[in-house]
Amino acid sequence: MTLDGSPPRRVGEVVEANSASFTAQCYTLYDAPPLGCIVSAGSPEIYGVVCRVATEPLDSSRPVLARGETAETEEEVFRDNPQLTRLLTSRFEALIAGHREGDADRHYLPSLPPPVHSFVYTCSPQEVARFTSRLDLLRLLLNSGPPMADEVLGACLRGAAVAHDDSEAFLLRAGKALAAELAGDLPRLNSILKKVSP
Amino acid sequence: MTGGPNQNGDTPSPAADVDLDSQGAALGLVVDGSLSQGVEVRLDPSASVEDVKVGAFVTIRGDNNNFFGVVTDVSLGTTDPRLKHTPPQVDNPFIAQVMSGTVAYGTISVLPNLIMPAVMGDSHEGPSAAKTIPPHFSRAYVASQRDVEAVFGQEDQGHFWIGSPLDMEHKLCVDLDEMVKRSIGVFGKSGTGKTFLTRLLLVGILQQGQASSLIFDMHSEYGWGAADPENHRFAKGLKQLFPARVSTFTLDDDSSRRRGSSTDEVVRIGYGEIEPEDVEMLRETLNLSEVAASAAFNLQQKFGQREWMSKFLALEGRDSVFEMANEIQVQPNALGSLYNRLSRLKRFDFLVESTRQDAANRVVEHLDRGQHVVLEFGKYGRDLTAYMLVSNLLTRRIHNQYVDRKEEAEGGQGREPRPLVIVIEEAHKFLSQSVASHTIFGTIARELRKYNVTLMVIDQRPSGIDSEVMSQVGTRLTCLLDNERDIEAVLEGTPGSRQLRTVLARLEPKQQALIFGHALPMPVVIHTREYGSTDSYEQLSRSAAGWTAPALGETIETHEERLDREISELFPEDG
Repeated sequence: MTLDGSPPRRVGEVVEANSASFTAQCYTLYDAPPLGCIVSAGSPEIYGVVCRVATEPLDSSRPVLARGETAETEEEVFRDNPQLTRLLTSRFEALIAGHREGDADRHYLPSLPPPVHSFVYTCSPQEVARFTSRLDLLRLLLNSGPPMADEVLGACLRGAAVAHDDSEAFLLRAGKALAAELAGDLPRLNSILKKVSP
Repeated sequence: MTGGPNQNGDTPSPAADVDLDSQGAALGLVVDGSLSQGVEVRLDPSASVEDVKVGAFVTIRGDNNNFFGVVTDVSLGTTDPRLKHTPPQVDNPFIAQVMSGTVAYGTISVLPNLIMPAVMGDSHEGPSAAKTIPPHFSRAYVASQRDVEAVFGQEDQGHFWIGSPLDMEHKLCVDLDEMVKRSIGVFGKSGTGKTFLTRLLLVGILQQGQASSLIFDMHSEYGWGAADPENHRFAKGLKQLFPARVSTFTLDDDSSRRRGSSTDEVVRIGYGEIEPEDVEMLRETLNLSEVAASAAFNLQQKFGQREWMSKFLALEGRDSVFEMANEIQVQPNALGSLYNRLSRLKRFDFLVESTRQDAANRVVEHLDRGQHVVLEFGKYGRDLTAYMLVSNLLTRRIHNQYVDRKEEAEGGQGREPRPLVIVIEEAHKFLSQSVASHTIFGTIARELRKYNVTLMVIDQRPSGIDSEVMSQVGTRLTCLLDNERDIEAVLEGTPGSRQLRTVLARLEPKQQALIFGHALPMPVVIHTREYGSTDSYEQLSRSAAGWTAPALGETIETHEERLDREISELFPEDG
């Protein structure tokens, strides 16, 4: 799903996976889903929250060089060096937040991560609303470890709120659930709440 | 919560449905506690601490029992101690909303006093004292009217409506039968409504009809009535409300006449009725040494009971007193001071050389007829010596008669005397540690209802009352007290006294009282029923209408007489 609520679409393919997260490569440069976006991979679906988006050289042994010293605009750089789009790629990492089992959403890790080359899709607003009707993913995200876990969480809640009919009520419920999780860490709670405050 | 599905989302059974209908607003969950300290209820985010008041009733639904308790404390809690050092951004309404009820929440302490009967309305099974507490996460609710009714009973002949629980409209009733079985204490510092509360209790006792009362009315407030300066009106006394059932006696008929009070009898007391024990009790007020006071016993031995006082006071001059001291082998100075102090009693006009009427007998006669007797002291009410002397003297003699008659009744030779409640003010003077052991009031307080006599003590310094006597006071009604020692004295020996202390110290200075003891299943703070308006008099007289004994002098038409009268009214020419 995207923040503007556009329909689900295929955004890439899993290139690396472990029990806690998977990495996908985008088909199109700069076409990664935004931070905090809920994506699904595999079948039955494994849901993940985008926690890192990166654009880097395809060949890690060939660093990217600056090429626009004489160019007037940024577009001009790409126009003058048409090979660039072929040398760069966008990748994103998603933290696994749950999976589908039969007709039910399971808000815990699947027994196996999605296979490599599984297609990765953004989710429809209905799917997001359904998956976030329970807020167990908050705990997974809070304890996920990446340095910007709180940023990911904030972005995820902001995005999911759009998918709910009553966004404010959802945010309040999520806020209360967060408060229960972070009962002993007020400064952290405070900073996350500021990020999601409507 | 009301009427909704239960917590598990299951369909409630019909029985549970009925329960839910009668339930008050949800408050929160039990999260901690003990039987001795009470349980802690964490308030739901929807329940504001400001809406919960100390003294309010709460029901807690345990797994197998419903508990009924009272809020003893309200506090604020937080999950993170850093909250008070760095408060969150509460100017952001979203953050404030999230924080309240989660990280920052309210808690109330509830003392579960009673376990409610499993089937409400089953009169055979009343609430019983709680010997356990509800488990974790039991839900707490504001007690509903129905719960309060189940606990405190409904207004009827045996239950007297004395006020309403805080913030509730419900009539809270005391069990009068239980109340008059043991002594009653009405406490509170001056101006907190002790007199009004006592008037109400007396009306209750009068209505119930099981017991008579004898009121030693120090400030002449209970008989005819007294000004109520707070409300700029005149508060009627018992005699005005129930003229046929109350007899007023007076020591000072001038004062009674001036106040327009109609008195039935004027009390005169002969010197011969004063006993050395009376002097002993007046030791403190007369400032007598122990030796001097006990000299009265020697005098009694010398002259006999009827004469000792008049003969002793008839002595003239210091020398004759000293001579007498030698004769009865008492220290001359001690007897001298006894003589001086007892001479002061001469200024009491109600004390006479001899009287044909025995005041105590007259009082008992009225009591036997089912009358309630108020003894107005008039100007002598300002003199503690007169008050103590007369009340002690009359009470001792009345008590002696009761003892005799009770014993005769036990031996099958007569009827049991009608239960009597004796009302005394400034009780700490009669029941202080130094005199309680040998005055009649101490005896009555200790022997309970063995002889059908109990006390109602009214006092503003309960700490001055002997703790042994205090422990025998069955029902205590206390208005605001602020002295630590007084609070301690009133609550001594009461379960949960630590929690009640908070409640007692927070009472309003007017029209509020904490009641606990035998007449109630659990301690309760009440807003006292109104006394003093025209409506209130009407209500009080109306609810007394159930009393059936005819007033003195009242004639009752027989069936035949009524028939005759009706025939003659219908056919006047035939008659």
